[in-house]
Amino acid sequence: MADLRSNFIGIKSPNPFWLASAPPTDKEYNVRRAYEAGWGGVVWKTLGAEGPPVVNVSGPRYGVIYGGDRRVMGINNIELITDRPLEVNLREIKSVKRDYPDRALVVSLMVPCDEESWKAILAHVEDTGADGVELNFGCPHGMAERGMGSAVGQVPEYIEMVTRWVKQYSRMPCIVKLTPNVTSILPPALAAKRGGADAVSLINTVKSVTSVNLDDFCPEPMIDGKGTHGGYCGPAVKPIALNMVGEIARYAETRGLPISGIGGVTTWRDAAEFLAMGAGNVQVCTAAMTYGFKVVQEMISGLSDYMDRKGFTSVEEIVGRAVPNFSEWQHLNLNHVTKAVIDQEDCIKCGRCYAACEDTSHQAIAMGEDRTFTVKDEECVACNLCVDVCPVDCISMKTLPLGTVDPRTGRKVAPYANWTTHPNNPGSSNYTCGITAAE
Amino acid sequence: MTNSQFTPGVAPGRLSPERYAANFQDVAPPLTAHAAAVAADRCYFCHDAPCATACPTTIDIPLFIRQIATGTPEAAAKTIFSQNILGGMCARVCPTETLCEGACVRMEAEGKPVEIGLLQRFATDTLLEKQGHPFTAGAPTGHSVAVVGGGPAGLACAHRLALKGHKVTIYEAKPKLGGLDEYGIAAYKAPEDFAAREVAWLLQVGGIEVVTNWALGRAGDGTLDDLLGRHDAVFLGIGLSGVNALSLPGGELATPATEFIAALRQADDLATLPVGRKVVVIGGGMTAVDAAVQAKLLGAETSTIVYRRAQAEMPASVHEQEHAATHGVRIICNAAPVAIHAVAGGLEVEFARTETGGAGLRMLDDTFRLKADQVLSAIGQTLGALPEGVKTAGPKIGTDGAGRTSLARVWAGGDCAPAGEDLTVNAVAQGRDAAEDIHSFLMGA
Repeated sequence: MADLRSNFIGIKSPNPFWLASAPPTDKEYNVRRAYEAGWGGVVWKTLGAEGPPVVNVSGPRYGVIYGGDRRVMGINNIELITDRPLEVNLREIKSVKRDYPDRALVVSLMVPCDEESWKAILAHVEDTGADGVELNFGCPHGMAERGMGSAVGQVPEYIEMVTRWVKQYSRMPCIVKLTPNVTSILPPALAAKRGGADAVSLINTVKSVTSVNLDDFCPEPMIDGKGTHGGYCGPAVKPIALNMVGEIARYAETRGLPISGIGGVTTWRDAAEFLAMGAGNVQVCTAAMTYGFKVVQEMISGLSDYMDRKGFTSVEEIVGRAVPNFSEWQHLNLNHVTKAVIDQEDCIKCGRCYAACEDTSHQAIAMGEDRTFTVKDEECVACNLCVDVCPVDCISMKTLPLGTVDPRTGRKVAPYANWTTHPNNPGSSNYTCGITAAE
Repeated sequence: MTNSQFTPGVAPGRLSPERYAANFQDVAPPLTAHAAAVAADRCYFCHDAPCATACPTTIDIPLFIRQIATGTPEAAAKTIFSQNILGGMCARVCPTETLCEGACVRMEAEGKPVEIGLLQRFATDTLLEKQGHPFTAGAPTGHSVAVVGGGPAGLACAHRLALKGHKVTIYEAKPKLGGLDEYGIAAYKAPEDFAAREVAWLLQVGGIEVVTNWALGRAGDGTLDDLLGRHDAVFLGIGLSGVNALSLPGGELATPATEFIAALRQADDLATLPVGRKVVVIGGGMTAVDAAVQAKLLGAETSTIVYRRAQAEMPASVHEQEHAATHGVRIICNAAPVAIHAVAGGLEVEFARTETGGAGLRMLDDTFRLKADQVLSAIGQTLGALPEGVKTAGPKIGTDGAGRTSLARVWAGGDCAPAGEDLTVNAVAQGRDAAEDIHSFLMGA
């Protein structure tokens, strides 16, 4: 069993798996169950300002995207921040933290964008003994209409301003939760850093409509005949999250800013991928909402086995390991040539690779009389689509060694060279205006 | 109930009414909507799918399964029926393990095919329950066609001809249409009168007239020449009306298994059917299995299939053999009947052990006897008397690929014609394809 202990911006937890601020962390009852199941930390569902709490809809709050066999691939939610009184939440946070001192407990906050509101709530949170705060600048639904959530997260100046207030009025570590509903994640991340944030967490949910009721002609979830956009989460958003986490991790001016990775973490493998892309820990919501809190036990055993296999003795050793290889397109090796190879032993002859290649790609797979499928190296551009659609994973990409001739181009595989020096690139010193030597 | 499984001789009412009902309920219960959705999810939507190639009627299986998966089972049913109008019955009786499901790529992947038969049943049942018929007869062409025999081949042929706008008359020798679907297959494969309900639904297409109790060549009914005089073309879907007799001493003491099954299928009350305490079935095909299993389900204490060759050569599929075994039917192989003896208190069937060698089947001197109260013979069916001029090819009516016989304007298909095993699905394919050829012929294409 590998040592999974985590120390994220000074907040210690027995493992790097935290529950994200969301419906599962709205109440003491749920949070105690989460800790008992093994979760390393919890970000309590977002608290609002003192006074009458927000009101949630009592029609459906979630929409869903299914994969095969009704597997939940993504959930869209329109639930707002906690609708329970502030003092109840604070009392429960204090009680839970007292009973689980070894677990991380961070409190998510969203109050109006003025200094007094933030100052006031921070004092209350400090009293609970919580380990830190997370600023909810991410929720794209409901609260954004009231100038909070992603309405703040989309304006870097506001992020910086509020973060500064939080650091000014509190000694607690401060995590800024970012919205993905921006054209670039870097300005918000930079703003958080300038404001003094100890870390960023991302992604919050993606603005979305998951489905439309085709009898009532209404977006879903449908509340008395009307629908509104919600925030999308779950396995479907993982690729969006990984990219944004990686961008912050590799960008010179944000590099080193601790990141709590969020977005579709469902298995230990997803978690390890987020760590490798630069996240110091991960937060989970949809997997728990789909399967219950017990899923963390697979995450713990899976990450532990992986670390043992790889010889990693701490979670930190994984963090950021893939970031140096997260490159811009222009630096990819244009001379690297691979070809698809179909393992005839394992092939079940479904022909999906053939249909995909023949109809939508490069006509690089031949179908024999007896349904033997073979790759035509002279046509294969190595797009990988056949690998992606194969149901039994029997296709792999083989790399042509340096000096061998690529049957498609007739050229020998040459050493590394990228677009920056390519003769077709007008920005390269080798630019030839498309005129070749022969002409 | 005065009788039991142990009542000697041949007796009715061996079981309680509840037992009869339970024994003859659906052998493969239908999928629920949820189970169908889960099963449909397993289809890979293969390119040029092997399952469709393996289907004698070439149903577009990946398409209909995708239609089920996307919540449109009626569209799925239409995909099925457009190729195979008896898709409902075929979903119940096809040996899918040797056809579509046997070819499913998931057999290669994990040894468990997509449940194509059950999915086909789910789709076709959904549409049939709505009582609507998805096709309408074509605009009248003025041509008329006689279809002799209202079994699967004749029905498929008639339906396709009706779609083309030809006026069709089905001439059926029995009181009901359906052929083997109605009279031949095991009751538990299509309970609740499914064969008759399917026929009634099929006829909703319109343009098909039905004449029952009319046998070709029987005095007072009509001859092939009569039909050719009245119609522009004739399709013979007359099946195999004869049975191979057991030519051995005491052979007359055996009953044809087909008769036993037909009586069972037509019985209003199974408790009235007499069945032996000890039943011996001679043969190794589907009919033998259907008879032996149903004898057991009717309350026979023992039911034994005796097949003259090795088990691997049994015409009944492995699935069928397992079905028999799980119902307590004993299968004895490599034993050929020599004689049936009437003895005190019943019968004894004498068998000789056999050996398959270079020179074919060899009977050995080693013999044994099985006690029996009822002996059923299921050693194959044969063509009945043919109209003059219709040439045979071996044991069947000779036809070309399109079903044309040696006589002008006469086509044939189904069990009476060659090609493939005698399966409902093959009969449907032949009837349908003959209809297409008849249509081309009539329209001068």
